Amino acid sequence: MHSFGYRLNALLTFSVTILALMCAIASLSDNLNTPSPSAEIQIMNINWFQKQPQGNDEVSLTMNISADLQSLFTWNTKQVFIFVAAEYETPKNSLNQVSLWDAIIPAKEHAKFWIHTSNKYRFVDQGNSLRGKEFNLTLHWHVMPKTGKMFADKIVMTGYNLPEEYR
Amino acid sequence: MDWQGQKLAEQIMQIMLLGFAMIAFVAGYVLGSFQMMILLYAGGVTLTTLITVPNWRFFNRHPLNWLDPSEAEKYPKPQVAVSSKKKAIKK
Repeated sequence: MHSFGYRLNALLTFSVTILALMCAIASLSDNLNTPSPSAEIQIMNINWFQKQPQGNDEVSLTMNISADLQSLFTWNTKQVFIFVAAEYETPKNSLNQVSLWDAIIPAKEHAKFWIHTSNKYRFVDQGNSLRGKEFNLTLHWHVMPKTGKMFADKIVMTGYNLPEEYR
Repeated sequence: MDWQGQKLAEQIMQIMLLGFAMIAFVAGYVLGSFQMMILLYAGGVTLTTLITVPNWRFFNRHPLNWLDPSEAEKYPKPQVAVSSKKKAIKK
């Protein structure tokens, strides 16, 4: 503490170190949160179901997605990224996951919502195994913090089926 | 600043920063506002800088008494010892 510059440097270094500690503790406090999210997806309509010129199946569907993800938000949450994926099995691949729709929820107030939409991203198979296929729809979320660890989880909804024939 | 003042400044700085950090964290957690925590802490850092970094008078309450130049002249200054090397004489 011998000169102005020495004291200023000591103070700045110490304050930044303490700030890092505060951010670490803030991130740890996220573990105290026990989220209880809920979601439901209804397939309102299969718009069309075709085989592409390249030989791959493609389907377009309209979904009604409703969810209550408010319990995921903490004081240390910047935003929540969610996406809906279709999961199914084919002879070629034991697990296929195709992302159909995603969104960013910036605040807790927007986390309880419903949306009526067609799939944002194309639902294309690797091959032509989709006729009559049974598939799951999963809603994944990533809770992005202001500082620290990101938490990710999902809800799996089963029992969806594609038509037996092309339309 | 004198020696006592330096120690005092360092202690005040550490205690104030830790104190503001704890107050800011608790306030932010209770209010559910990360921004509040950062603002309170930034305010605390600024206040601590203003109190402990400049050379305030209360840090110099035990000043060192340097010897007056006229006193120093009365006593001889210590001499630097001169070492003499002896050359080895060949026979």
